[in-house]
Parts: sequence; structure tokens; C-alpha cells
Amino acid sequence: MTSVIESPSAGAVTKVDAGIIDCDVHPLPKDSKSLYPYLARSWQEHSEQFGTHLRQPFINTTQYPRTAPLICRRDAWPPAGGPPGSDLAFMQQQHLDPFHILKAILIPLFGNVASERNQDFARALATAHNDWQVAEWLDRDARLRASLVVTQDDPVAAVKEIERCARDGRFVQIMLAPRSSEPLGRRRYWPIYEAAQAYGLPLGIHSYGIGGHASTGGGWPSFYMEEHYATTMGGPAVMSSMVMEGVFEEFPALKVVLVEIGFAWVPSFAWRLDRLWERLGDEVPHLTRPPSDYIRKNFWYTTQPMEEPAKPEALRRCFDWLGWDRLLFSTDYPHWDQDDPSYAFKVKLSPAERKQICRGNAENLYRF
Amino acid sequence: MPKERVGLVSEIPPGSNKVVTVRGREIAVFNVGGDFHALLNRCPHEGAKLSRGIIVGLPESEVPGCYQLSRPGEILRCPWHGWEFDLRTGKSHCDPQGLFTRQYKTSVERETSPDSCGDAGLTAETFPVIVEEAVVLVEV
Repeated sequence: MTSVIESPSAGAVTKVDAGIIDCDVHPLPKDSKSLYPYLARSWQEHSEQFGTHLRQPFINTTQYPRTAPLICRRDAWPPAGGPPGSDLAFMQQQHLDPFHILKAILIPLFGNVASERNQDFARALATAHNDWQVAEWLDRDARLRASLVVTQDDPVAAVKEIERCARDGRFVQIMLAPRSSEPLGRRRYWPIYEAAQAYGLPLGIHSYGIGGHASTGGGWPSFYMEEHYATTMGGPAVMSSMVMEGVFEEFPALKVVLVEIGFAWVPSFAWRLDRLWERLGDEVPHLTRPPSDYIRKNFWYTTQPMEEPAKPEALRRCFDWLGWDRLLFSTDYPHWDQDDPSYAFKVKLSPAERKQICRGNAENLYRF
Repeated sequence: MPKERVGLVSEIPPGSNKVVTVRGREIAVFNVGGDFHALLNRCPHEGAKLSRGIIVGLPESEVPGCYQLSRPGEILRCPWHGWEFDLRTGKSHCDPQGLFTRQYKTSVERETSPDSCGDAGLTAETFPVIVEEAVVLVEV
């Protein structure tokens, strides 16, 4: 068996050799105690005696394997040990270097902090995740940027954590889970949005296969294949709630990035909301503009998993509808369904279009 | 086409593979239940190394609720996006005409190497010994 590790498409990166920005990379701790240096002793003991208490059913089934162990690429397990995404040197060698990645945004999903019911434990975990990102990732590779982990069900604590971390300019967005306790437009979450706007930090809302609510409106699906798509259904829920509740009237400069939630659904969803607003606008008089205006102005989308229509050219129309400035290239490394930057676009793009999606849009949004 | 030496049969037990590079091309040679099949070591979808995939069977179902596994050990699942390839043909299971990886012919032959047959200067009587081992070859 070979053990040679190299990028299988290293020869193809010239297409994006201006360098790319990857807006979705998942770091993992090496083992269950990797966060201990960042957790008070009392929480370490709590973790061992009581563990997590998540808003989540199917506790032993959702946590993998999902087609591949830890839902990861089978060639992404570091030779030195530990799970995929836990070894910076290997990530550099397999991902950051060969694809000329200028900046990569870390999204630490593993702790599922947003679902932790014990709010004090959640707060300690959020802080630990943030300190861990700084010490073990940001300080060791200048290309990396972090997502600020917060306790979204405890906005007061979330705002404190934002204030604590925002001083370090390497936190570039606030991470929220889409299948939240209540729809994300509800006012209980507004203190987080106020802080986000004040610090100029976008919200990074990453799809997640687990959460307290079923992934579809009709209940829990039977198959991973259904669930993989169903995770995108959190997207319309987030979007309609935030628009309809008037979040963007209150916080017009708030920026929302939907990460790994797809984007091809957005145009038809916006058409429908606009038509309804024409007829039912009196119900939401606080909205001064058609819903699509807020969507066009306040939302961004990461690209992975890339939509692949049977006629690739159709994707251009989708980009036209969304706005070409709204798309942020992402790989989802090291997950199995990651997009390789050399192959992700089945549609032909001009060098300028490619550069805009793979780099320019993220530079503008995150002010890199 | 010239035959390239892949390695001894004993080096590639059933279920495993060995990668050789021939004139710049990586070729993965799989032992499928004693038969050797060689594929270009590059997934036609996005270029992952097929040698890093896993070997599975083919679950089949005639009606919902009724499942059987056929062809165990004959299907390769790509390490990235899980595309499935028939190791015997290199074709993908769900789009055999549109998505396939190049296949190469293999053969198993006896490789003979004469042992040291002695030196004329030695006085002791010696006997010629032939070591025969099966090797896998691939035509590239």
C-alpha cells in the first residue's frame, strides 16, 4: 500500500494561482482532553463525570460514521495520528500549501456548543474553543482565521465572549447554529446582532446535521442521503425569520454568511417572499422594503457543496440572481464532501469571475 | 505494450493494492480475490487517489425492505466523495458510460532467478537452484 501523501490535483491549481480564500475549514481536537488546557479544572471534572447534555436525539447514531469515519476524507487522517483536521502540519501539507490558500476560516463544529443545555458549561466550552483556536491554530499559521464560538441561547454571555475575543482581529465572524432554540430572527438573539454590528463581525451560520429540531419540517429523515440535503432546510428558516422579524431594519449593517447551506434555493425563495409581501405586507409593517432587498444586501453564501445542475451553464443564472459578489469559495476540508478548488466549478468561469468568488468577495466581506 | 513489474504476488494480498508509477503515471493494482486489476490511480470525478479508497460490496434491492450484498470485495469507493467503481472494469457503478477510470491489463508470471551456481574454482560439488516466484505485471 502506498503511503504517499500529496495533493492529487496539485498540477491544476494554476487556475486559481492568485491564491484562494477558503471560508470553511474544520479543525478538530486531537482527543477528548485537547481542550482541557483551556477549561477550568472544575469543568474538566464535570466533563468526565457528566459530559455534554445536548439538544439532540439519536445521540449514538448521528455522531458518525456518515459514509466515512468522522465524515472525513479517507486520505485526510494524519500519518502522525489523531483525527482529520487535528494536525496543523498535515493540514498545511495536504490542503493549505498545494491550493495556495491565502486565508482559511476555521469553523470548529465538534463541540456543538450551541446545543449544550447546561449554560454555564456551554459558556466555559465556548471560551475554551476560542482560546484553543488562538493558541493552537492562529498563533501557529498566519493564514488562519477563527470563528468566534458563543452560547447563542445565553446572549448575555455571548456578548461578553464577543467583547473578550473581538480585540483579537483574527476572529472574523460569530458562529451560530441554524437550528436554534427559536428561529434566529427572534428578539432574544438581538443582543448578539447588536454586538456583531458594532464590531463589524459577520454571523457565520453553518449547517449542521444535528440539533434539537428535526432537520426537515416533516420530521427526522431515515437516511444520511436525505439528511445531507435536509441540513440546508435550516437556511430558509434562518433567512425568513431574520428578514420578517425586522433584524435588518434594526441592524442594517449586519452581515450574515450561510455556510454549507447551499444557495440555489435562495432565488426562488426570495421571489416567493416578495410576492407575499406585496399582498400581506401589512402584517409586517416594520419592513420598509421587499424581502429580496434585505436578502440581496445582508446575506452571503459559501459555495460548498457546489450546486451542480445537469447543464452547468445554468449556474451562471443562479449567480446572476444571487449577485456574484455574494459567493464565497469554501472547501469544507477535511470532510468527505469537500470541494477541490480545481474541480468545484463545472461551469466555465472567466479568470476575473473565478478570482472574485475564490478570493475577492471574501477579502471584501472579511476585510482581509 | 511493454509489461512493467508491479511486485510479488505475496506483496499484494487480497483486498489490498499496490501503487506503481510508470512513466509519470500512478497505477494502482488491486488484488480482487486473487485476480489482479490495475486502474489509473486518479478518480475521474475530482482526482482523488483511488488507492486510498475502501473496498466494499454492492448492496442491491429488488423491492424496498429487501437487501442483499453482492460482489463483496469487488467495488472500490473513492476516498473523497464516495463514487463507486467496479474494480474489474474501472467503470463507476451509477454512471458507467460517463464516469470511469482507465484500466490496464495485468498478468501474473513466474519470475525466475538463478541462484549462485557456484564458482568453477570451488572444489565442493554444487547444484544449480532456481528460485521461482510469481510476480504481477501491468501493461502500460
